Amino acid sequence: MLIVGKKVLVNEEETRITRLEVLSPELCRKAEPGQFVMVMTCPEGERIPLTLVDRDEAKGTVSLIVQEVGHTSRLLGRMEPGDSLHALVGPLGHPTPIKNYGTVLLVGGGVGIAEIYPVARGLKAAGNKVICIIGARTKGLLILEEELKPVSDELLIATDDGSYGQKAFTTDILKQKLQEEGNIKLVYSVGPIPMMSRVAQVTRKFKVKSIVCLNALMVDGTGMCGCCRVTIGNKTKFTCVDGPEFDAHEVDWQELTQRNRVYEEQENHICKLFEKQANGEK
Amino acid sequence: MSKVIKVKEADAELRSRSFEEVVLGYTEEEALAEAGRCLQCKNPICSSGCPVGVDIKKFIYYITQKDYAAAYQTIREKNNFPAICGRVCPAEYQCRNACVFTKKGSPFASEKAINIHYLERFVADACMKQGTAVTASRPELSGFKVAVVGAGPAGMCCAGELARWGVKVVIFEGLHDTGGVLRYGIPPFRLPREVLDFEINELKKLDVEIIPNFIVGRTRSVKELFAEGFHAVFLGLGAGIPSFLNIPGENLGGVYSANEFLTRVNLMKAYEFPKCHTPVEVGRHVVVIGGGNTAMDAARVALRLQKMSGLEPDTTILYRRTEMEMPARRLEIEHAREEGVKFELLVNPKAFFGDKKGRVTKVRCARCELGAPDVSGRRRPVELAGSEFEMECDVAVEAIGLKANEILTKVTPEIKVDKWGDVVVDSQTMETSLKNVFAGGDIVGGEGTVIEAMGMAKRAARAIIDRLLMERKEERK
Repeated sequence: MLIVGKKVLVNEEETRITRLEVLSPELCRKAEPGQFVMVMTCPEGERIPLTLVDRDEAKGTVSLIVQEVGHTSRLLGRMEPGDSLHALVGPLGHPTPIKNYGTVLLVGGGVGIAEIYPVARGLKAAGNKVICIIGARTKGLLILEEELKPVSDELLIATDDGSYGQKAFTTDILKQKLQEEGNIKLVYSVGPIPMMSRVAQVTRKFKVKSIVCLNALMVDGTGMCGCCRVTIGNKTKFTCVDGPEFDAHEVDWQELTQRNRVYEEQENHICKLFEKQANGEK
Repeated sequence: MSKVIKVKEADAELRSRSFEEVVLGYTEEEALAEAGRCLQCKNPICSSGCPVGVDIKKFIYYITQKDYAAAYQTIREKNNFPAICGRVCPAEYQCRNACVFTKKGSPFASEKAINIHYLERFVADACMKQGTAVTASRPELSGFKVAVVGAGPAGMCCAGELARWGVKVVIFEGLHDTGGVLRYGIPPFRLPREVLDFEINELKKLDVEIIPNFIVGRTRSVKELFAEGFHAVFLGLGAGIPSFLNIPGENLGGVYSANEFLTRVNLMKAYEFPKCHTPVEVGRHVVVIGGGNTAMDAARVALRLQKMSGLEPDTTILYRRTEMEMPARRLEIEHAREEGVKFELLVNPKAFFGDKKGRVTKVRCARCELGAPDVSGRRRPVELAGSEFEMECDVAVEAIGLKANEILTKVTPEIKVDKWGDVVVDSQTMETSLKNVFAGGDIVGGEGTVIEAMGMAKRAARAIIDRLLMERKEERK
């Protein structure tokens, strides 16, 4: 649980994304693409889920990538090598079904790019032709481009403002690709909910199998609480033990959006308090 | 005969504004007076009501002699956690129901029955203050290693039993803290955390090692544990998965399982938000659905959150049957009522409704009457036509039961489970279909009480001890 490495990947336009290398030989041995861990920063902390992005078997470490959006992710972003997480447990959730599908297309938006990386690597190693589409608002917010290059046969980039790659949304490029390449067997996507629901719309039209990795709120992460319940094809599922990956065409996106906002007010309150404290200390 | 000594309780209004303990326990004088009421029956039947068979007559006798250390040792011979059981055991259904003062055939203890649980608690608390000297009493099984999965009541009890024989026990716990349901489920006002921590420290004194943040089945498989030199594995996995009613609107914001609501508050300390970072919805109008201890706990927690936030308390329990059929301890029902929890009995929730933001705003219910008894022997609620009504609510907590946690069994197909996902065991040895893997507690046969879980854990521990003793004999040949 000792943090042994830290790299700030993005720090502009009020967006901070940090990569942490955490010592955990146990997790390193077991982590598979698509799985996640539960993390606590301190004894008073929340438990939050984070995707296992990478592992380094020589060092016995795993990589976590976190975008600072709420209180806990900000605390994580402020941790330094030498600090220890209060809790780290996993690997949780079903691994991505890695096999040779033929041609697969992965779509990553924002910090979701971090989550498609281990899946892309796994699918590439299994012999697939891997096409990755990654996107962000602007060039400076794009992460893991270099890491994705060697595991993609084709890497396409979209920025909302056209500062890098194509001036487009990832889903625009997705549509174009699905039109061009008739043999895409699977579309795997992770990103903001509006992006994933749009991917679902596009892939439904093209009748292509579409998997998404959902980011529901969790408490224990082991099936005990049901906080992460989502509606999949009119059935309630727990993201932690039934997922985190589901058929994109079956997800009730509106419900997920609303459930993820339940604690918005409390989150704003604690973030403001924390800022005040931080400013006071200066 | 002398009169029943009532236990002192914190003032209902004051106590429901904090998470401080409600039942204050006996003073020495009170304990002596209550113990003095015990008839010391020639053929006592009270112990038959105790799932672990504590020698009740004997420990009460020691109290009357003011030999509290001996009383404590007597209880500890059978029960590893007297300070916990003295607080959370449903004594009115168990030892007190078996007491000779209870009318024969009564579903729960008469008021006159000796307050055995309060005496047990008195003894434990007295010894907790003085410190105890518990050590591995029979080291003949040193050198053997047993893995216990889950640091809840069953796992901790099994660990304690084995450690006393000198077995090296490692408990693997999935959460970041110990105690299982005793910490995430039972609120501190029923079981203060210092009591729980005391009992866990007693365990550590026996050289039991506890590793948190470790999910057997994920972090390591059962097979790998054996490969690493563990001679046996005990599964105290608990009944982890909450059931839901399966009615419309259940996934609206503000609708919780009792497990989530209680975990946020008890384990994650949401009542100290923002000092502790986990939030919980307080709710102006709270409904809690169910009639068990968990429902009472959730309602009393919700009410406290309301009062501590300066809101007008409004928490209502919705239950399909009448108070008589409620599975909760009578004391919890009384306490909830004293504190201001309201009860809507004979009502069945049909649907939740929400606002534009997807947050729950009301619940629709039907009124019921009791019909013929069902398989559980309780009279079945039957809905009355045209009786539907709506109640405002911005927090709803469903406390309608739990199912098996399958996180381990799903990846360990050698361990047979029944159609509910509960682990199938030999009822004598508690051994599963996988050799040298034993199980006990709620993962066997569904939800039960803390003491029942301990009873099963002890049986499993006994079987493990017997097996290890045999192995030791083989070694020496």
